[in-house]
Amino acid sequence: MQINELIENFDLLDSWEDKYRYLIDLGEKLPPLPDQYKTEQWKISGCQSQVWLVPDFSVANKITFIGDSDASIVKGLIFIVLSIFNNQSPQTIKDIDVDDIFAKIGLEEHLSPSRRNGLSALVDKIKNYAQNK
Amino acid sequence: MYDIEKIRKDFPILQQKINGKRNTFLDTAASAQKPQAVIDAVVKMYSQTYANVHRGSYYLSEMATSAYENARRIVKDFINAKSEKEIIFTRSATEGMNLVASSWGLNNLKAGDEVLLSEAEHHGNLVPWQNTCAKTGATLRFFKVNDDGSFDIENFYKLLNPKVKMVAVTGMSNILGTVFPVKEIAHAAHLAGALCLVDACQSIVHTVTDVQDIGCDFMAFSGHKLYAPSGIGCLYGKYDLLCSMAPYQFGGDMIENVTYEKTTFTTPPARFEAGTPAIVQAVGFGVALQYLQAIGMKNIAAHEHELVKYTNERLKEIPELKIIGTAADKGGVFSFALGNIHPQDVAFILDKEGVSVRTGHHCAQPIVNRMGYNSLARASLGLYTNNEDIDCFVNALKKAQTFFKQA
Repeated sequence: MQINELIENFDLLDSWEDKYRYLIDLGEKLPPLPDQYKTEQWKISGCQSQVWLVPDFSVANKITFIGDSDASIVKGLIFIVLSIFNNQSPQTIKDIDVDDIFAKIGLEEHLSPSRRNGLSALVDKIKNYAQNK
Repeated sequence: MYDIEKIRKDFPILQQKINGKRNTFLDTAASAQKPQAVIDAVVKMYSQTYANVHRGSYYLSEMATSAYENARRIVKDFINAKSEKEIIFTRSATEGMNLVASSWGLNNLKAGDEVLLSEAEHHGNLVPWQNTCAKTGATLRFFKVNDDGSFDIENFYKLLNPKVKMVAVTGMSNILGTVFPVKEIAHAAHLAGALCLVDACQSIVHTVTDVQDIGCDFMAFSGHKLYAPSGIGCLYGKYDLLCSMAPYQFGGDMIENVTYEKTTFTTPPARFEAGTPAIVQAVGFGVALQYLQAIGMKNIAAHEHELVKYTNERLKEIPELKIIGTAADKGGVFSFALGNIHPQDVAFILDKEGVSVRTGHHCAQPIVNRMGYNSLARASLGLYTNNEDIDCFVNALKKAQTFFKQA
């Protein structure tokens, strides 16, 4: 799903209940992360739930990520983050301003500070993979 | 009588709406909100009597020094220490435990010695000892808690032996709420030839604390959990013991005489207060303790005891809710799992309902894992918590359940 489509969909939802429900639905669309990757090696630290992120560099000049969490709302947030970054070149990943996108989605008002920390750890990790590519 | 509504009015933050909802603050065990008296004292000092302490022979410095040292006397009285010289101001309880683990531990422990902790220690009373044991070759051991979170007394006595040189234990677990019998533990430690440190962060908030009665050698606690500003804590140590210990940090205020070649160090507590201390925070700490004393720690304990009973009763309405830590003698913290809903998902919904709880491993990862979880949600009570807080909490939990059933 394109990020612009997500922004439009969130725009149609008024209550936090609806936004959270939509987030949970999105989270369920994430391709499952095989259990073999649910290890310390792939875990993002600094989150209140367990969050894993595994990069795939098999296509030239593109990075694709698989992400997962044991918390449902966080899974939805991972879906959004990966919609932004997946299948992009390392340079594009480095250049994307996520704060701007999160503001457009209108989720920032619904994100507790601790979650934003969790999300920013995920974004930092993605940017880090792009930097070192 | 305990006028809870009057007390709540002393805390301006409680009057504020959270996400448009009543502020139901149930994370006091992480850090307590501040009464107006403390806020006023901080503003007043910065406005009228602030300067560095122990420095200049001028009016403002004398005023500041006098207020700072008066706070030390208030802390001394609050825990019934013998002398204010036994009160070291630290940044936090964690710093206090680091101080003992470094200053006492690194110089007194050796291979073959043992340090004994409970399984339920906060990282602040665990990681410093791991570091000290790694450096000295001493062995770190843990006495168990039972599956309900209660103190396993048999296991404690089984592990206590003449090789143990330090027993460091929490007064009350921040996860399980279990109150540890620190007086008995300190006495047993002494009989075995060990010292005893109490991490009183959680326990001191909920009960009367008397270090002479407990008999512990050290006690560490933070100000911010006692309704005081953050950035200030206390390490209590028996005076002779403190005198035998080397400095922990070096610099201003802890020296006696300095030449380019050599420095001699002053006596405690100044020996352990290098650098400009958290002056205003210390003064706020004193005011917070006076506020608590005016209400009365016994009255606070009685109020919280009733509230724990009420919370237990109300939580029974939610059969899927499992409380982790159900020891008979337990304080006002409720770590819980709500069915198979992730604690963070629960906390998100609660937040929207104006209910603040903590989630995660609560800086005590090993005991959370030991109880079979990698993350828990926790609601904790304070002197300003009332039945309505618990009602809002229970309603929000039910809302979270409904939400995730539908989602």
